[in-house]
This record gives sequence, structure tokens and C-alpha cells, in this order.
Amino acid sequence: MALLQISEPGQSAAPHQRKLAVGIDLGTTNSLVASVRSGEALTLPDTQGRHLLPSVVRYLADSEVVGYDAKQQASLDPSNTIVSVKRFLGRSVADIQTAYPNLPYQFTQSQSPVMAVTSGNVNPVQVSATILAELKTRAEQTLGDELQGAVVTVPAYFDDAQRQGTKDAAALAGLKVLRLLNEPTAAAVAYGLDSGQEGVIAVYDLGGGTFDISVLRLSKGVFEVLSTGGNSALGGDDFDALLVGFIRENSELNGDLSKSLHRTLLDKAKEAKEILSRESAYTVEFEDDSGQQHSVIISVEKFESLIAPLVKNTLKACKRALKDAGLEKEQVIEVVMVGGSTRVPLVCQEVGEFFARTPLTSIDPDKVVAVGAAIQADILVGNKPESDMLLLDVLPLSLGIETMGGLTEKVIHRNTTIPVAKAQEFTTFKDGQTAMMVHVVQGERELVNDCRSLAKFALQGIPPMAAGAAHIRVTFQVDADGLLNVSAMEKSTGVKAQIQVKPSYGLEDSEIAEMLKASMDNAEEDMQARMLKEQQVEAARVQENLQAALDADGAALLEPTEIQTIEVGLAKLNELARGTDKEAIKAAIEQVDKLSEAFAQKRMDQSIKSAFSGQSVDRI
Amino acid sequence: MNYFELFKIPVSFDVDLSVLPQTYQQLQRLTHPDKFASGSEQQKLVALQKNAQVNEAYSVLKSPLSRAEYLLSLRGIDLQHEQQTIKDTAFLMQQMEWREELAEIDEQADPLSALSTLELEIQQSVKNDLARLREYLESEQLDANEKAADIIRQLKFLYKMLTEIELKEDSLSDF
Repeated sequence: MALLQISEPGQSAAPHQRKLAVGIDLGTTNSLVASVRSGEALTLPDTQGRHLLPSVVRYLADSEVVGYDAKQQASLDPSNTIVSVKRFLGRSVADIQTAYPNLPYQFTQSQSPVMAVTSGNVNPVQVSATILAELKTRAEQTLGDELQGAVVTVPAYFDDAQRQGTKDAAALAGLKVLRLLNEPTAAAVAYGLDSGQEGVIAVYDLGGGTFDISVLRLSKGVFEVLSTGGNSALGGDDFDALLVGFIRENSELNGDLSKSLHRTLLDKAKEAKEILSRESAYTVEFEDDSGQQHSVIISVEKFESLIAPLVKNTLKACKRALKDAGLEKEQVIEVVMVGGSTRVPLVCQEVGEFFARTPLTSIDPDKVVAVGAAIQADILVGNKPESDMLLLDVLPLSLGIETMGGLTEKVIHRNTTIPVAKAQEFTTFKDGQTAMMVHVVQGERELVNDCRSLAKFALQGIPPMAAGAAHIRVTFQVDADGLLNVSAMEKSTGVKAQIQVKPSYGLEDSEIAEMLKASMDNAEEDMQARMLKEQQVEAARVQENLQAALDADGAALLEPTEIQTIEVGLAKLNELARGTDKEAIKAAIEQVDKLSEAFAQKRMDQSIKSAFSGQSVDRI
Repeated sequence: MNYFELFKIPVSFDVDLSVLPQTYQQLQRLTHPDKFASGSEQQKLVALQKNAQVNEAYSVLKSPLSRAEYLLSLRGIDLQHEQQTIKDTAFLMQQMEWREELAEIDEQADPLSALSTLELEIQQSVKNDLARLREYLESEQLDANEKAADIIRQLKFLYKMLTEIELKEDSLSDF
């Protein structure tokens, strides 16, 4: 498939102009942005030469501070300074408070994690968007023009709600998401292309708040994820928490601490962890809430014995991922280390022993994910049409629906290559039942209550029949980003229900549009202009692609009258796209899509047929 | 295009597993939505649907059980949505024995080795069933498809049992 260069309306068509696209690693502790420049993927520093952006946002009365400055003030102003917000994406307040009982934030709602700060209320999607927007600005200032798209990375183990939250945050930051890419896959890309390896590799990714293990097969530029596993709530922050526990125990600080002392202890613990990666002991000194001085010595042995159970936990996940891939440890030819927490020597040592080989650490583990994402962004935006690279990810957690008795019926199993579409049939259990609740869950456990609830929707208008007579077909479709769409249909009547699965603790599309509007200076006007531009860009894309398709295959695949019908639709779209009525443009695009749908499918089938006929000639 | 046609192989239970990955890669290059990242929404959607079919076809063709089931569905026998139960009492007795053995495995002197003996026994049974399955699927006999369907139903039990054994193995081995 030839990728066509398309210029945006109002811009001159310069065929060799590179399009600007970036890779963004939205991390728990730090975030980065990278871009391919002069053939090399590099992370972009800020004006002071710093590559990392601490994922910390401090809210002041009428402004926000992001990054290092916010991080420095975290202990002075803990309740207005949001750190490690990635851990809250797609989660309920109850989930968050169970996992992290000592948070300094004030949650204003019982379900959705909305936090009260000086300037008002913020949710995790907004906080993430602020971090992404900062990186977007940095990239645009460095690269000198508007970005055309971004690849944003997520932990492979992120469920639908967490992925949707990430994508919403990117939209809110004004980024066009080319793909949500799994962090380990991104890391493999960064290493794989450099070394030209072929075979099975394992990517061990221990970040601030999450742990992922992925097993991939590399072959002729195709990165095929065979299995993935991990824990979306295990990371270096847990090492810090264990150290804080140890410090408290040894300075007899029982009971409640002030929020700022807790923050101080966390900062001290992080510092201790970093120093213990190089030295054999470290003394933590601090003043408690009553002004008393404390000094606690931590030896490296003590630190290692504290974190050993967590490290062992990660190795269990490695073992399971290998089993899921149907491989033995010996078949792994390389182990890639990702994430700042892999700097802890015990981690590297244990992983090395487990796989019986020295892990790869030549690319900075903090930067490797962003670098890989940038390489893919460069390809997806169309700068390297000759590239063979293709990344095949898998679904990390099974998707299913609730059946009688609170049990889960799995519809798509974990480690299935995505995109995927599967249908399952269900039936009514009462005579005359006219509605059915479809409850979509994600997870491996048998009881619905042990899985993550993604969405509930009702299929109504089922004609009354005897119990078991209605056949309801529920179709799950997961796209390349790992995002789910569900539709349900009663077969005999064709009654349908469809939902885009929106996380229970995330945002509705309308809320995102509202927030986006609120973030603009001339809200209404800017918003309208932006939406019009989006429609015009899509209209141009449709015209260019479809015209090229008609020129190439129209005569072979369509009747002259069919071609004419499509061309009439295109002419109308062309005319409307020059105007300013965005709704009319949208409708015209939909009309053209409808007219050309069968043609698009025929072309796809044709491309498959002709590719193979060429091959069979080669084989002879 | 059925899955066999999509992968350009004869419609048969016997599949050359060494060619599948190559064809799969080629189909991925033609249909993956990333290849249409700068295309229109429609192109992306068509690619998404086709690519999902490629992935499904690959996973069905790779495994003998799903391949056999799919082959029967092409012959008009749909096992996926049926509620049929197994009537073969000898098979059911054997199942119960195995299940009991698995349930009581913790009481064995060496649970892990007892587990692997059980696993081997079931794997042997799977192997035998697959050989019989192949015969029936290639046979012209009138009731061959029905017989193949019966074996598939039994195999599903056996595969489920193997999964449970694996889970048990995970929980037993502290590693």
C-alpha cells in the first residue's frame, strides 16, 4: 500500500517535507518526548537541557506548574501537588485509597477520583493532559512547527479504562494520537532496530508504578508480542513505600504523620534508594512533626531484603509470560531492561539469573520507551513509506461479560493478537423477557466482582419470547490501541445496541469537549475553528485517497455507473469542504464513505489476492 | 473468503504449520491498520475488520482443535453455540476419575510428579483423539462428520483439563 502524502488545506504541498511526529512516554514518575531528527530518534530536552519531565503538576490559584519546579514544592504544598497521577487513571476512589492509603489529596466524589486543589477540581485525565501539553509545547518549540501526530505509550498491562483515560488525556492536550503503543514493545523497537536481532526477546519493564513483562518475536521487521503479563500497581514507588515503613519503624513514628512529613519521608526514601544503588549504606536524617531530629541507617542488605519479595513477584510474572508464549527460558536470546527501577542492582541481578543472560542496558532505561515510540511515530505519520516495521500487540487481560450468578463468561482471552473481533451468543432466562443488561468486564477471575467492571449497557426491545428462545449476539471489537467497542443484537428481530466502552471512572466525550473548550482563550470561536479544520483535513484525506483508489482500481472493480455515483459524491464533498459548514462536511464524508464502502472492501480483498498471486509465481 | 482461502491453503485438516507464519506476516503487512495510519477513517475501519479476520483465522488454523471445529462449521455443523452433552459413559467415567485425581493431588507424597504423570496421560489421550479426528475428517463415510464432532466435544474436555493442570502446577510450584 503506497502511503500518499497529503497536504492540509491552506498549506502548500511540499512532497519532501517531513511531517512532525513525536513519541511520548507518559510515565508514573517522569515523562519524556522524543522525535526522529536526521534519521535518529532522540529525546528532546527543555530549555535548561533536562530530558526528563517529572510527572508532577502543582496547582496554584490561577496557574499550573509542571515538572521539576512542581516536584520541588511537593512536600511544601502536598495537597495541591499531584504526583504519580498515572496510578489513578481509570480507577475509582475506593481502588485508589485501598492501594495508597496515605495520599494527601482530597477526593470530592465518592466514585470518580476528582481532587480538590486551590484552583478548583481536577481529575486524573486533566492532570495527565497538563503533562502531555507541556511536552507538546516543548516539542513544537524545539522542532519549530505544529505536531501532526504522536505515539503515546502505555504499560502493556493497562486495561481498557486506563488506556481510554490515556487517550482522552492526549485528546485534551490537543494531540492527534497515531497509536497507543505498549511500553515494552516501544523498548524492543528502540533496541531491535539498532541491533538487527531476529528471535525471541523478553522486555522487563519496572517503572515507578507499574511492572510489565513482554515476550516478543522479531522477524523481518515484524515485532510480534507473544505474551504479556505484569502488575499495574507494582513499581519503584512500592520500594519507596517499604523504605518509608522501615524509617518509621526505626524512628518510632507511629500514628498519623502530617502530609508534608509523609512527603518528606517519601523523598528521602527515593534518595536512599538511588544512593543504595551505588553505596553499601545510607543514613536518612529528618525532623518529625514535633521538631525532633531522627537519623536512620539503611544498609544495602536491609534494602534488598525489604524489596526481595516484590522482585520475586516480578519473576513469577516472567515465568508465566514465558509459559503463555509456549517458550522455555533458554529460547530467549535477549532481555531488555526498561524503567528507572531496573537501576536497582538487585533487580538486574535477579533478572539476569532468571534468564541466565546479562540483560541489555545500553540505552538509558528512562529514555528507551520514548525513543521507540518516536521511531514508530515517524513511520505512522508517513515519513518512511518504505519501512517494513510492523508492531503486533496483544490484549493484556481477558474481556468477558457477566452471566447468571455473577460469573464471567470470557469472550476474548488475554494474549490474543489485536485487532480482534469476536461474537458470543447469549439467551434470555425468563419467559417474556424484553430487555437484557450487558455487563462488560476485564480480568482473569471467574467471579464478576473480582474483575474490573468496564461498562454496563441495556439491550431493549427484545420481543417477548419463551425463556431461551431469543438469541442475543454480543460482538466485541478491540482495535490496535487495545480499546474496546461492544455491540449487541437480538438475531431474530435485529434489535441493536452499541456502545463505545467508556470507563466507569473516566470521562464522557462531551466532558472532554467541554474541558477542551474551557482551556482555550476564545473558547467558542477556537473550538469551532478547530472542529472545522478537523473535518476539512479528513475531507481532504477522503478525496485524495479515494480518487487515487478510483484511478488505480476503479475500472477493474466497479461498473461505470458505480464509479460515477462515487465521483458525484466526491464532487459534492469537494465543494462543501471549501465552505465553513462543518456539519455539512461531516455528512458529506459519511455519504461518500457509504457509497464507497463496498469498493474499499473489494480493494482490500484484491490487494490480498494479487500479493499472493505474485508470490506463487516467485515460488515456482 | 474462508480462513483457508485467506491463507491460500487447501481446505483440509492437514495444514503445513511451517508456512502459516510467513503467510500471516504477509497478510499483516497488507491489512494492519497501522499501514493505513494516514488513510481515511473508512480505510482504517476496513483494515481493522480485515485484520481482525486475519488474526482470528491465524489462531483458528494454528490449533488442531479449533481448525477441526471450523472445518465442520464449513460443512454446516456448528459446535460453537450448541448445548450438546457427551453421552459416552466410558469417557465420562474416565473424566470423573481424572478430576478426582486432580482434586486430591495435594495429598500425594510428591504432588508435582503425580501431576505430571496425570498430564502425560491426558496428553496421550489428546494425541490419540487427534489421530482419530483426522481420520474421520478425511473420511467419506456418512456419519464421519458426526463422529468427528463427538471427538471434538471430548477434546474440549481434555484441553480444559490440561489448563486446570497447568493452573494447579503454578500454584504448587513456589518457584
